Amino acid sequence: MADSTTSRVSYTLDSTLDSVNKIEQTAELVAMRAGFDEDTVPNISMAVREAAVNAVLHGNAYDPNKSVTAIFETTAEDLVIRIADQGTGLNPDTLPDPLAPENILRGSGRGIFLIRAFMDEVNFRQLHPGTELILIKHRTPAQAAS
Amino acid sequence: MSMKVSTRQVDGITILDMSGRITLGEGSVTLRDAVRDVLAKGQKHILLNLGDITYIDSSGIGELVSAFTTVKNAGGELKLLNLTKKVHDLLQITKLYTVFDIKDDEASAVSSFTK
Repeated sequence: MADSTTSRVSYTLDSTLDSVNKIEQTAELVAMRAGFDEDTVPNISMAVREAAVNAVLHGNAYDPNKSVTAIFETTAEDLVIRIADQGTGLNPDTLPDPLAPENILRGSGRGIFLIRAFMDEVNFRQLHPGTELILIKHRTPAQAAS
Repeated sequence: MSMKVSTRQVDGITILDMSGRITLGEGSVTLRDAVRDVLAKGQKHILLNLGDITYIDSSGIGELVSAFTTVKNAGGELKLLNLTKKVHDLLQITKLYTVFDIKDDEASAVSSFTK
C-alpha cells in the first residue's frame, strides 16, 4: 500500500513551557495548511496544547533530562499529531470525570477531557518509559484538496 | 501575549479588566495573585471582565474555578463579565456555565451583587 502521508514534521523539545507554546503554534499552522476552517483550527491547537502541557507538566514534570516529542503528520484523510513524554506513564482509565458533580469545582483535571472534545480520535500508547498521545482530526475531501 | 489585569471600583464592586491569555504559567498566576490581592484588601465583590481575553486553556479554566471558590469561601461573590465566544463555548463544554454567574452588561452586573 502506498504511503499517503503528504507532509510530516517532528520536534524533540525540552520539558518547558516554551516548548508547549512552540508545539501549540506549530499545530495552528499545520491545521491551517491542512485546510481546517477558522472555528476548527483553534480547537485543534488547543487540544494539542493540552497534550503538550500534559507531557511537560504531568509526564516529564519539567525534568531537564527528559524531552517531549511532537510529530505532525498530514495525510489525505487525517491530521495526526503525536505528543510523547518520558514520564512514568498515564492510565486514561483512572482519570476522574471533570463533569461529575464532585469534580466540577476542581481547579484541574480538564485537559484530557478537552482534547477528547476537540479531536475526532484520541489514543494513548504506553511507552517504556512514557506515554504517547495520538490526536486525530479527520479531513474532508475538500480540505484534502486544498 | 501574557495576561494583564487592571483594577477599578464601581459602586463598591471591584472590577478586574483582564486582557491577553490565561494559560498555564504567567496568566494563571497573574489571575490568582490579582484575586488574592483584592480579597486581602477586604473587597469581596469581584467582577472579572474577560472581554479582552483572547485565549484560555484548561489551566486558565481551573484558575477561574479556584478564584470562584476562594472568593465564595471568603464570604464574597465573584462573577464573570463579557465572555468571548471561545470562553463561552469552553464553559459550556465543561458544564461550568451554570456554576458561574455570567453577565454581559457591566451596569446590571454591578447592581446584581448582594450588598
